[in-house]
Amino acid sequence: MPGWLRSFGAFWYDFVIGDDWRGAAVVVLALALTGLLVHEAGVNAWWLLPAGVTAALGWSLRHATAGKS
Amino acid sequence: MNATALVLTVFVACAVEAVEALTIILAAGLTRDWRSTFQGMAAALVVLAVVVAAVGPALTLFPLGVLRLVVGALLAVFGLMWLRKAILRASGYKGLHDEAGIYEREVTAARAAAPGGRHGVRDWYAFTLSFKGVLLEGLEVVFIAITFGDNQGNLGLAALGAAAAVLVIAGVGIAARAPLARVPENTMKFGVGVMLTSFGTFWGAEGAGVHWPGNDAALLGLIPFIALVCLGYTTLLRRARTRAQPVVARNAEVAPVTVPPPAAPAPGPSGPQGRH
Repeated sequence: MPGWLRSFGAFWYDFVIGDDWRGAAVVVLALALTGLLVHEAGVNAWWLLPAGVTAALGWSLRHATAGKS
Repeated sequence: MNATALVLTVFVACAVEAVEALTIILAAGLTRDWRSTFQGMAAALVVLAVVVAAVGPALTLFPLGVLRLVVGALLAVFGLMWLRKAILRASGYKGLHDEAGIYEREVTAARAAAPGGRHGVRDWYAFTLSFKGVLLEGLEVVFIAITFGDNQGNLGLAALGAAAAVLVIAGVGIAARAPLARVPENTMKFGVGVMLTSFGTFWGAEGAGVHWPGNDAALLGLIPFIALVCLGYTTLLRRARTRAQPVVARNAEVAPVTVPPPAAPAPGPSGPQGRH
C-alpha cells in the first residue's frame, strides 16, 4: 500500500474513531441490531442505542483506566 | 430542536475547535512569521471551502433516513470520543487540556525548527503548522455544522453558529494576542460531548427505523440521561482513584514520622518545625 494512502487512511481513522475503537464498534453493532429488531421483528427498540452508548462508554473507560488507579 | 438550540450547540462545539486552532496560529505567527502563517491559514480555508462545496450538496442526494443513520452513527462515535477524554480528565486519569501548556510546546518546537522557505512561502514551517492546525480543527467545525444543519434542514443557521464562534474566538485572540487559557475548555468539551452523543443517538436510531416516544421531545429525556451517565462514570472513576491514592499518600506522610530527624534540642519557643 502506498505511503500516502496509508497516511490518508490513518488520518481519517484517527479523525473518526480516535484512541479507542470500542465506541465505534458498539455503536455500529447497536444500530445494526436496532434495524433488525425494528424491520424484522417489529420491535420499536428505541432503548437499544442509548443502552449501547452507555455500555460502550463504560467499556472504553474501563479499558483506559485498567491498572492506572 | 429549535433554532436557538441548533445555533448554541454548533456555536459551543465550534468555539472549542477555534480555541485550539488559535493556539497553533499564535504559536506559528508570534515565533516564526505572520505572513507565512496567514498563507497557511488561507490555504487551509480554501481546502475547507472545497470540502463544504463538495460535501454539502452531495448530502442532499441521500434519503433522509440513510443520512440520519450514517450521520447519527458518526456523531455518536465522535461524541463518545469527546466524552471519553472529558471524563478521564474530570476524574484525574488524564491531564486537563491546557492551552497555555500546548502553546508553550508549540512555541518550543517552532523555535527549534530550521528556517527556510519553499514554493514562494517565506517560512515553510509556519505555513505547514498553521495549515495543518486550521485544516484539522476546521474539518471538525465543518463536520459538526454540516451534520447538525443538514439533519435539522437548516444549514444556514448551523453555518451562522459556526461562523460566529470562529469570529468571536478570532476577535478575542487578536485582542489578547495570547492563547485563550481561561476558556473553560474541558467543561465545554464535556457539554459538547453530551450533545453530540445525544443527537447522534437520536438521529442514528431514527435512521434505523425507530420511532422515539414523544418524537423530538425524547431529546429532552435523552440529553439529561447521557449527561447523568457521564457524571456517574466520572464519580465512579474519581472514587476509584481516591480509594487507590490514600495508600500512596499515607506512605508518603508516614515516612517522615517513622524516620525522625536526628535528635536535637528545641530551637526556640515555637518548638520544632513540624509536618506541613
